[in-house]
Amino acid sequence: MIEKRDDRDIMMVVMKSNPFVVQVKDIPVLDYPSFMDKINLLMADEGCHIVTYHAVPLGAALRFFCCIASDSDHLLILLSHEQQASPLPVLDSLTVSHPSFHMFEREIREQYGVEFTGHPWMKPVRLHNLDAGCRMQDAGIIHPASRIPYPFYSIEGEGIHEVGVGPIHAGIIEPGYFRFSCNGEKVLHLEIQLGFQHRGIESIFLEKHSGIQRAVLAESISGDTAVGHSIAHAQLLETLAGITPAKVVQSERIIALELERIAVHIGDTAALCTDIAYQFGQVVNEALRTIIINTTQSWCGNRFGKGLVRTGGSHYPLSGGFIKILLSNLKEVEERYGQITHEMFTNPSVLSRFEGIGKVSARQAGMIGAVGMAARSSGVNRDIRWSHPFQAFTDSVYEPVTLHQGDVWARAMLRKQEVEKSILLIRDLLTGKDFERDLAQPLYEFKLQPASFALSLAEGWRGEIMHSAVTDQNGNIIHYKVKDPSFHNWMALALAVRNQEISDFPLCNKSFNLSYCGNDL
Amino acid sequence: MTGALLAIVSAIFFPGIILRVKSIASGRKGPGILQPWNNIFLLFRKSSVFSTTTSYIFRLAPAVYLATICCALMLLPFPGMPSIMGFEGDFILFAYLLALGKLLFILGALDTGSSFEGMGANREALYSMLTEPAFFILFGTLALLSGHLSMHEIFSHFQFAGEFSLITGAIAIYLLVQIAMIENSRMPVDDPKTHLELTMVHEVMILDYSGVDLALIQTGTNLKFVLYGGLLANLILPVNGGWLSANVMLFFLVQAAFAAAIGLMESFRARKKLAKNPQFIVTLSSIALIGFILVLLLTRNLIR
Repeated sequence: MIEKRDDRDIMMVVMKSNPFVVQVKDIPVLDYPSFMDKINLLMADEGCHIVTYHAVPLGAALRFFCCIASDSDHLLILLSHEQQASPLPVLDSLTVSHPSFHMFEREIREQYGVEFTGHPWMKPVRLHNLDAGCRMQDAGIIHPASRIPYPFYSIEGEGIHEVGVGPIHAGIIEPGYFRFSCNGEKVLHLEIQLGFQHRGIESIFLEKHSGIQRAVLAESISGDTAVGHSIAHAQLLETLAGITPAKVVQSERIIALELERIAVHIGDTAALCTDIAYQFGQVVNEALRTIIINTTQSWCGNRFGKGLVRTGGSHYPLSGGFIKILLSNLKEVEERYGQITHEMFTNPSVLSRFEGIGKVSARQAGMIGAVGMAARSSGVNRDIRWSHPFQAFTDSVYEPVTLHQGDVWARAMLRKQEVEKSILLIRDLLTGKDFERDLAQPLYEFKLQPASFALSLAEGWRGEIMHSAVTDQNGNIIHYKVKDPSFHNWMALALAVRNQEISDFPLCNKSFNLSYCGNDL
Repeated sequence: MTGALLAIVSAIFFPGIILRVKSIASGRKGPGILQPWNNIFLLFRKSSVFSTTTSYIFRLAPAVYLATICCALMLLPFPGMPSIMGFEGDFILFAYLLALGKLLFILGALDTGSSFEGMGANREALYSMLTEPAFFILFGTLALLSGHLSMHEIFSHFQFAGEFSLITGAIAIYLLVQIAMIENSRMPVDDPKTHLELTMVHEVMILDYSGVDLALIQTGTNLKFVLYGGLLANLILPVNGGWLSANVMLFFLVQAAFAAAIGLMESFRARKKLAKNPQFIVTLSSIALIGFILVLLLTRNLIR
């Protein structure tokens, strides 16, 4: 699997497959300066973006893994360096030259107390709540030295005022605190403080040993991306266990994933209409979303696809009867969604609320390492379905949708186009396969490859989902890491509202629809 | 007398019609016509909770708000019948009574010390300020055309037929509808349904009110709507029809049509971007000005 392309490969692991597994001893350990050099070299290429950078305590040492995805070359590049856990390491910050590293360094700082000198934005990611912080310390989960207060950025001057929103919001919105520094109605700066939903998902993965408990946990990482996260989780464990699921199971997973994408995209189209008080668009789209989630429910008994994706096989193989329902519902949704989006995108009052609002430039999106929808609507082509195909995507080439405007209109239009594309994709996947032939029951008990590092990527509706695990000599998982696309993309929201009106914030926020709990884990 | 009474009666079904039209336009059956009033009566039975940061101004505001609207109702004429307190130049009192209620309301919102309510108050004050010229130019035009100064006389002598009044009438109806929408914080400048505090204008200012106080405000808001509906009816209805009952029916019809129009307007379009609202409101003043100049020309007051 490991490609030896040129001399630089001696210092890193280059993988072509997604997901991949590699023995920990096969991952070259770099010293920090040459690690930084390698990162500088790789990140200089615009087609590369950071997938993860996290630390794993291995014995008395802290092992750092950094995965960079080269989208244009369809490669995953793994780099690693090692530091002694005590005394606490002090490293030069990579964020200074590569802003997309900033969340990852903050997370490492918070979890293990590693100092990054020169980091311009060192604040807690999740544990700013003192009580929660204390509990985590007592349990030995976070390092006592990692408690840092949350320093809000503040702007002073005549007429400058601050507006704080949250962490408790109206309606059924998740908790998050937004602090705006405004000049009149104009937002100069938005600071987003998250972490209120922190549940310790990554450590619960280590406590739960049964496959079914882990699968249920993966589904609960972010409720609106149940299928996306469970595919990333299932394929990670399958790689570690050396299982390859049957082709039809792979297709079923992608059908579920695309159904989830269609449902959420249509739901978001409705929500965008709600925020601009366009009642017609709201009610029609809400009704269409219901058709899709009810279709998923008639497949697996759960509207969000929980219980559908399991390691090794599936409890709910596609039956001929269900395929008929699925196809007819898709046809109806395709037709009606086409009509309502035509109505929306030709309505002047709607367009005046969408166009030019909440702009994120391609340069900004690239710099902060935006992924998924947020990146594609700003002209950055990042789609794991295309760059690092997984499951059924390995059989054909997926062409991503990209728009270059980067405003609310682009994010709404991207949803419309992706819905159309996903419907075609599901039809393609359904043709020429006998779903009732290769019935495979899920496997929950299996032996994982020992002393290995595995990483899996999936393109959920929001973007790139990463699950990664490290196993010990006995094949037990000793470290589990999850990265939701929101982890990258919250910064895009903060940039989008700069110099916009404060009243346009809810619309910008909805156009990204980022996950709070996916970020907070 | 008749005008005020009929307006109060039409307030009973007015909010229900808006709600019902919006429900039907969105493919739902919708609640009963009286549901908005049931909600208000429910609030009347509840006690209020006050924030500790607020002072007497906050408690005073809802009562003053409702009182000013009731006083303004006293100035509402009916075709062929003067209003209870009508006098020469009563439309100025009419406008400033409503402005007084709004002033107290804005002060009450600022009194809470919340940054949200401050923002809402700021927006409301700006919009009211910009709407004022449109209202006065409109009434100036009508006064000029009819040659009278009290609302009753203006509407009695304003013939909604004949060469000039057709165009001035159309302008006046358009302006009155738009002014009513702005003054009542409806679309396109405000969205009464939104849950997003940052985009609210009117709704954010009443966030801290509860129970009886909230009921007073909502009663006031509903009365304010029919107040403007009443002005519209005065403008449209014939004076010398002589048939009182026919005019009463027409009055209700105008109110119902106004409510239905609001419901439809709010169903099939999006709200304006907040920054574009002042521009939109100023446009109303310029339309009013065009009407004014037109009347000046036509009545040969400008060029003799």
